[in-house]
Amino acid sequence: MSTLVKIAVRNLARYRRRSLLTASLIAIGVIAVVVFQAASAAFTGLMVGQMTDALLGHLQVHRRGYIASIDNLPLTLTLPANDVAAIEDVLRASPGVEAYSRRLKFGGMFSNYTETTSIRLNGVYPGEEARTLPLLASRVVQGTPSLEKGGILVPELLANGMGVKPGDTIVVIATNREGSVNAAQLTVAGVISNVTGPSGRDGYVHIEDAMTLLRMDAPEVSEIAVRLTDISRLDRDASAIRQALQRATATAQSGETEVHTWEGLSPFYNVAVLIDILALSATAGLIAIVLISIMNVMLMSVYERVKEIGTIAAMGTRPRTILGMFLIEGLLLGVFGVLIGDAMAAAIIMAIDAIGPTFNFGRETGLVLSPRLDLAQTLMVSAVVLLVAMVGTVQPALKASRMEPVEALRHG
Amino acid sequence: MSLIVAEGIVKTYATGTVRVEALKGVTFTIDRASFVSFIGPSGSGKTTLLNLIGALDRPTSGGLLVAETDVGRLDRRAAAVFRGQTIGFIFQEFNLVPVLTAYENVEYPLLLVQRVPAPERRQRVLALLEAVGVADQGDKYPEQLSGGQKQRVAVARALVTNPALVLADEPTANLDQANAALVMNTMRRMRDASGTTFVFSTHDPRVVAAAEIIFRLEDGRLVGREEKGAVA
Repeated sequence: MSTLVKIAVRNLARYRRRSLLTASLIAIGVIAVVVFQAASAAFTGLMVGQMTDALLGHLQVHRRGYIASIDNLPLTLTLPANDVAAIEDVLRASPGVEAYSRRLKFGGMFSNYTETTSIRLNGVYPGEEARTLPLLASRVVQGTPSLEKGGILVPELLANGMGVKPGDTIVVIATNREGSVNAAQLTVAGVISNVTGPSGRDGYVHIEDAMTLLRMDAPEVSEIAVRLTDISRLDRDASAIRQALQRATATAQSGETEVHTWEGLSPFYNVAVLIDILALSATAGLIAIVLISIMNVMLMSVYERVKEIGTIAAMGTRPRTILGMFLIEGLLLGVFGVLIGDAMAAAIIMAIDAIGPTFNFGRETGLVLSPRLDLAQTLMVSAVVLLVAMVGTVQPALKASRMEPVEALRHG
Repeated sequence: MSLIVAEGIVKTYATGTVRVEALKGVTFTIDRASFVSFIGPSGSGKTTLLNLIGALDRPTSGGLLVAETDVGRLDRRAAAVFRGQTIGFIFQEFNLVPVLTAYENVEYPLLLVQRVPAPERRQRVLALLEAVGVADQGDKYPEQLSGGQKQRVAVARALVTNPALVLADEPTANLDQANAALVMNTMRRMRDASGTTFVFSTHDPRVVAAAEIIFRLEDGRLVGREEKGAVA
């Protein structure tokens, strides 16, 4: 084997310019795919992180039918107190759950005493919300992220439009489930930036203020946002929670519930899928580059060495040894391309990470792209390239191994 | 005891609708340790005959035994094994592998064909490089060698497997007078030392003069056999 490798290396060195060109072409393809994957993963990760850590949580539990009507923020589809208690029992018993936050979502009017506009609000327990959405505090651009009873975090666009700032007193007017209207005077605790996604322009009040405003006798919640310890286990954990909640429903501990992951709640998931498809397309392009270039260069190599193949075949070299000789040569060409490509891709990714380019997405500005080399993905790309290099070499190698020595020796 | 027994060998090539009979019923025998040359004009069938003897091609009809093996019945793989064990080849254009040094070229058949262990391999390669007079050229690549040196390396490569038979197609055609004589002397010495049978195909009078048995081919037929004397 080492002799075959030696012969292959020397043959690649013999046609140095051609080998370098082919390896460079493969390397460029590898760089394009690995860097694109790293950048897109950084972008997707950043956006998903914003979505899950500052807005939605990893998954949410609702009463059945709530999500279908969420645009109306229906107060008739809240989870009653006994259901909430049963759901909390399930979440506390689930090993993958890090934190959860009960929310009471409602719509109302926002008045600064001279102007009035509509507002969507989340009534939350501030401690639970902070544990479930660790990036929520970073969204507070003015005032304090600490939300006490009697305070309100006002969405930035609304605050700008209505000219309110932390410390101002405002009035929130809301209609409760029975249709009676009530108002509450609140103090602006802070201004919270908008993020892309559902509820990205909602304000926050303390849940007890929300219950008072909506004249609820017993605590009810519209949704429970859940944070998992490991987002990569999203589907498995969501499935386990769903099953546990179904058992609770079956034993009548709670009513019918729905569990939605962030993917089902945010339209950004479709963008993430699109990015994944683009990455796959780039990989398909890379496969085409490798296949065509390796097959081309190996066919040339076989045609240029017909007499040499005839000579070694005449000496008794078995067809499978000749096959191996060319397969190793094609594989080595792929290995050189992959090594150069991986090394340069790693350097480029580190450079981008060091530079930290910023970009805007929707109304979010100054997002910093921090790509990281994903070792598993890079190994996967490398393995695909090597596999394709082998596949691209098979036909020329078979051609060489099946040559009739007498005809090959006649070749000029 | 005959090493080669040919009985009415016919070889026909078909190119489209045209059929060319390169050998038209050739019969001969060659004993072991012979130094034999096939001569004749271009197109007389010399190279075709060497290819058949070397199991590189198969006769269309007739019987051909080489070292007691019916080479006409060997499949591709068996033919490769037979060649690797029994025959050494020497070519007009030397045909050394350009990416291997002189030493590695001689070592190649032992390494990739016969799978001989390293210590024995080294001893046999060095002995043969010494015997053909290129021991000091072992680490040079073919492009760094003269024509005569290349052909002597090719002789060493053909003999390193201790074959029963060496087939040499126009071995001196690309060599000058001095190198041709050197190569022929080397081959005769090797025959004397190892008992290997050498069969040449040639136009070269220097090879003809060195041969002990001469077969003359004309238009695919054997028209003469001469032993240790002038060509008939």
